Amino acid sequence: MRRLVAAGKLWIPLGAWLSFVLAPYGWMFITSIKPPTELYTKTVQYWPHHPAFEGYRLLMQTTPFLGYMRNSGVVALSTCAVALCAATAAAYCFSRIPFKGKGILLFGFLLTQLFPAVLLVLPLFLIMRSLGILNTPPALILAHSTFAVPFSTWLLTGFFNAIPRELDEAATIDGCTRLQAFRYVLLPLSAPGVAAAVTYIFIYSWNEFLYALTFTADLRARTLPVGLQTFMGEYIIRWDLLTAGGVITALPIVIFFMLVQRHLIAGLTAGAVKG
Amino acid sequence: MRSPGRFSAEAKGRHGRGGTWVLPLFLLSPALALLLGVVAYPICRAVWLSFHRFEILRPDLSQFVGLDHYRDLLTDPVLRIALANSGLWVAGVVCFQFLGGLIGALILNQRFPGRAAIRGLALIPWATPSVLVALMWTWMLDGNYGLVNDLLVKAKILSRFQPWLAQPWSALPGVILADVWQGVPFFAVMLLAALQAIPEDLFEAARIDGASPGRVLRHVTLPLLLPTILLTVMLRVIWTANYMDLIMIMTGGGPGYSSLTVPLYAYYTAYKRLDFGSGATIAIVQVLVLAAVMVFYLRQLRKNEVMVQ
Repeated sequence: MRRLVAAGKLWIPLGAWLSFVLAPYGWMFITSIKPPTELYTKTVQYWPHHPAFEGYRLLMQTTPFLGYMRNSGVVALSTCAVALCAATAAAYCFSRIPFKGKGILLFGFLLTQLFPAVLLVLPLFLIMRSLGILNTPPALILAHSTFAVPFSTWLLTGFFNAIPRELDEAATIDGCTRLQAFRYVLLPLSAPGVAAAVTYIFIYSWNEFLYALTFTADLRARTLPVGLQTFMGEYIIRWDLLTAGGVITALPIVIFFMLVQRHLIAGLTAGAVKG
Repeated sequence: MRSPGRFSAEAKGRHGRGGTWVLPLFLLSPALALLLGVVAYPICRAVWLSFHRFEILRPDLSQFVGLDHYRDLLTDPVLRIALANSGLWVAGVVCFQFLGGLIGALILNQRFPGRAAIRGLALIPWATPSVLVALMWTWMLDGNYGLVNDLLVKAKILSRFQPWLAQPWSALPGVILADVWQGVPFFAVMLLAALQAIPEDLFEAARIDGASPGRVLRHVTLPLLLPTILLTVMLRVIWTANYMDLIMIMTGGGPGYSSLTVPLYAYYTAYKRLDFGSGATIAIVQVLVLAAVMVFYLRQLRKNEVMVQ
């Protein structure tokens, strides 16, 4: 009986929370397997009479969806690499090395986040054009990395700060170089922070819309969000293609996070420094 | 507050004279290069625009108008509406996203079978492109075919279908609902990561001392999460204030001005009325308001002796 109550205490809130989070996605899936004739019915239909995967077939065979997906993957993974390196180095510096003007610089990082993309996109377009990288992945990787760096830096600085300095001091006393102390002590201990930062960067880049729309007019460089938007005509919305595309678009991120979340493991730092 | 102590003295020794800035500069250079290269110039350009009447077709005819755009805005009734809407939008979105995320993080932090899979699934709203989030919620809130209406009528909460996004009082709350849904996983992931960094023995100690779960949350968990909470909430406030994809697709700021927020107003002014000077000025007004919020926040951070040492 007690076990039942304990299970209820976990599963009831979990179920409620998950149903809020998943219901709209579920509805998107149901919409994606409705034949067009069953979309606009007098009473709302919770399951189609004739479920059909026609939308998915059309998506794969008649649209460059897979190409969009590949572009998004290239951009998001490269952005992860660039932004994570820059942010980790900066965060290590902010957390471990004393220097003048640190507070102001950290503040400056955040200041860049205040400016709406609408304001930056036109001048950036001109820069990219003069660099000749419009319609190529580097344009988006640059823009996305820049946006993602400040938050990632702050996040990682917080995680590094939470790790006692005595640990890397001990490592250097034991003969580690600064880089080794970072690589073998600090980085593994802040794995949850790194995992969170990677998730943030990846998703931001995967879904970013305005820069992608502006910098990739060319079909070959188009990313998923922009590609999906083309299924929305001026007069008709291709619900079949859009919802099928939406269902698939979320999947790589879900799988990605299922792999990354293992690093969100507890208690690594517990007991590392004695009293 | 930790003193830099021996470690920094050692760093200085290794890198000789000037070592105090060579290493920081080296470590910061990639981040700084990106930020200065990609953000600094556009910002200067935007500030320049706000002092000029910019002709898109004949940039050479642009005129310096000083503070005219700013003066015009002081008496602009639409800006006042947009500011009020923005306030409601940010407050509503961030409050509920945070609460939903905190609850989610606490649940997902428990041990249960299938946790890895469920943690992955919980990311779905964040992983869905804004275009689709907007369309799905528009579809679900639809006045004729909407799922939300149907459920509420079946549960006898409503007597008839409501065109949620087409009536002034419910348009903005409707979009807020969609954004809350999209943003909950962000807080869940960030808080979950921060929860993991808290040593388990602290919880154990609290439990052994006989603290109830509520008291553990109030006196152990939340204080230790505070640095992450302050940072994520502050950035979320900024991002939400600047975020307009959902509003643009779902209501376009309407009906009337009922869901018009400041960045959307700036966007329409610049790209629909082609008044780039005024558009930039509206955006800069918003930046100034946000900067004030940020300074207040950083004060709190420093008071709590977290993040910035």
